[in-house]
Amino acid sequence: MTRVVEAGAAKTAAPASQQHRRLPRLRSEQIVGLLFLLPALVYVTALYAYPIVFNVVMSLEHYTLKTFVTGEAPFVGLDNFDHLVNHPEFWPAVTNTVWFVVGSLFFQFTLGLAIAIFYQHKFPLNGILRALILIPWLAPVLVSGAIWVRLLDQDYGVVNFAIHSLGYSGQISWLTDPNLSLISVLIANIWIGIPFNMVILYGGLQAIPRVLYEAASIDGANAWQRFRYITWPLLRPVSTVVLLLGLVYTLKVFDVIMSITRGGPADTSQILNTWAYSLAFTNGFNFGLGAAAGDILLVIVLGFGLLYLRYAYRELRETTT
Amino acid sequence: MQLRMRMASIGAVAVLVAACGGSASTTAPGASTGTTALPSAPAASAPAVVAATSITEWDYQSADPQMTQWQKVLDECTASTGVTIKRQAIPRDELINKVLLAAQNKQLPNVLRVDNPDLQQIADTGALAPLTDYGVDLTGLYKNLIDAGTYKSKVYGIAPGINGMALFYNKDMFTAAGLKPPTTWAELTADAKALTKNGVYGMAFSAPATEEGSWQFEPWLWGAGGDLSKLDSPEAVKALQFWTDLVKSGSASKSVVQWTQGDVNDQFVAGKAAMQQNGVWNLSALEKSKINFGIVPIPAPDGGAAPGPMGGEVLTIPVNTDAAASAAAGKVVNCLLSDKEMAEWATLQAYIPSRETVAAQAAAADPNMAPFVTAAAAERSRTGPPANLGPNYSKVSQPLWTAIQAALSGAKSPQDALTAAQKAAAAALAGG
Repeated sequence: MTRVVEAGAAKTAAPASQQHRRLPRLRSEQIVGLLFLLPALVYVTALYAYPIVFNVVMSLEHYTLKTFVTGEAPFVGLDNFDHLVNHPEFWPAVTNTVWFVVGSLFFQFTLGLAIAIFYQHKFPLNGILRALILIPWLAPVLVSGAIWVRLLDQDYGVVNFAIHSLGYSGQISWLTDPNLSLISVLIANIWIGIPFNMVILYGGLQAIPRVLYEAASIDGANAWQRFRYITWPLLRPVSTVVLLLGLVYTLKVFDVIMSITRGGPADTSQILNTWAYSLAFTNGFNFGLGAAAGDILLVIVLGFGLLYLRYAYRELRETTT
Repeated sequence: MQLRMRMASIGAVAVLVAACGGSASTTAPGASTGTTALPSAPAASAPAVVAATSITEWDYQSADPQMTQWQKVLDECTASTGVTIKRQAIPRDELINKVLLAAQNKQLPNVLRVDNPDLQQIADTGALAPLTDYGVDLTGLYKNLIDAGTYKSKVYGIAPGINGMALFYNKDMFTAAGLKPPTTWAELTADAKALTKNGVYGMAFSAPATEEGSWQFEPWLWGAGGDLSKLDSPEAVKALQFWTDLVKSGSASKSVVQWTQGDVNDQFVAGKAAMQQNGVWNLSALEKSKINFGIVPIPAPDGGAAPGPMGGEVLTIPVNTDAAASAAAGKVVNCLLSDKEMAEWATLQAYIPSRETVAAQAAAADPNMAPFVTAAAAERSRTGPPANLGPNYSKVSQPLWTAIQAALSGAKSPQDALTAAQKAAAAALAGG
């Protein structure tokens, strides 16, 4: 590893000394380079940087319904954050977010991996079945949400019907029990996320050379040992990517919850994301407060995004040298 | 009446011609929104050029049949006033976003229709003009409607029709069980219990985490003697305890915390609920259905009718630099408030006409409408007295619907839920 870095440093050092001698020519090249960069720069500034900066500024202002008409948004410093952290719904929303993310990632990944390994085997209709598994991923989330509302309905839902026919006589209020509402949206989100995990992990599995398994079999390794010592380590780069992307996707989940419970009952299935929305749009139009909640989410996503980039960069260097 | 309207419109056109010389936003007659019929009378006095001002109108009646019903009266008002109306029907969830963006860019429509509890909040921003500045005639309208539209002693919003709630009951189920529709809370609880069987719930209402939840709860809150200014009063706890007991005992589905009023009506029409609390606007659909239903007022605890919240969408005239367009908007609003258009639209939509004399005629014409008209005068504006929350209504309404959800879902006791709600409301009100 250290040798790789040294080699890389030596490579970049060489052109740097040349650059010193041929300065004028490179400068015009740089201008052309900048021109090529310009469209991307404009795009990123207008569509990413500006809204993010605007959101941060908004979170430091008393930005309400009135602001839209008068244009007045008094600067209040960190007041919004102070309000936010002391809000009775803040910590429940944070805890819900953590559970939602951890639960989603764990089950999406393990179930996705199990299904991917299952489809490694050759059997009739393998291709068709694998295609069918993609449906949750392809269906619009609002449609999936509406279906889950039907499935989980306590009176007429298929899920309760199935549980009844197994002999349980009670009535499970999936969507209206404050202790179950978060689990219900979690189940729906896991279901939606499995195909993504499965597809990427399946690709990762396919890339592992068959000969390794053959060699291991000859050496007498059993199925678990083959998984533990061949599949798992060789799949690690892909797994990391899947988990990091999954994390960012899960943190930004909004439609799943809005279409199934709207964060209810009594905010028991509210995560930071949906709560930020309700602060801005349903609770007295306090856009400053909503923006502050958005900022917190932004910092978390940005943190994990950077982690992913650093990891991807390291992987790239490892594979190219 | 017809003649008076005609005369008024002649005057309107003449004034407009004088005021702006047709320079403002004039368009070719019949350029938009269907109608090509323009009044022939003014054209005779002003040959060649008809100064038909065009205005824009936004509302959230984006689904049929309401969409076409509203379009019909708009078209008729185009015909009688000569003002072309460019309408945009925007889904309710999107309307507020669109209004905010338009306000920011100073491009609000000439007529904006909003839900009445939102009016105060919008008027508070300074985006609306007082209706009386544009000669809107308010005579004979329900006082509570004018209350709802009044902000700092000026009227900013008014509706051609209002709505309210009552208890709808399934006559066949009541007859089969030998029961009479309830007149007190105790009777309601007993009836609901007796009628709950074979997958049918005795009572259905709607308590989602939206304004709908607070709106449905208010008749019980006010009926018990409670008030929005103190959410944790013993009366308020009593009302929420009553709702909670209906759900806990199984007489009402636990799904009420998810149901919209549309869902509740679906349950009632499907015969899955023996009683439902719902709004007058369901009448036209219910009358077409096979359900044999009756209507009684929502009872107060010990009998008598509970005062309900007044519902309905109000017409507003946003501030606009184009004075001619705002004047034309005033004419259109007056036309929509005329006895004829009011009666026609209210009948189509199953709303209570907002002028008491017109409402009385509607009650006489349709016996199902009569109980709603009787209740209308006692209805309260959600933003008005006794709590007088004005633009701050949503700061109390939101904690209230959260408390309702917490109690009905069993997360908290009614007392604890309302104590927390009062605390949250007080904090929100103090926060400005």
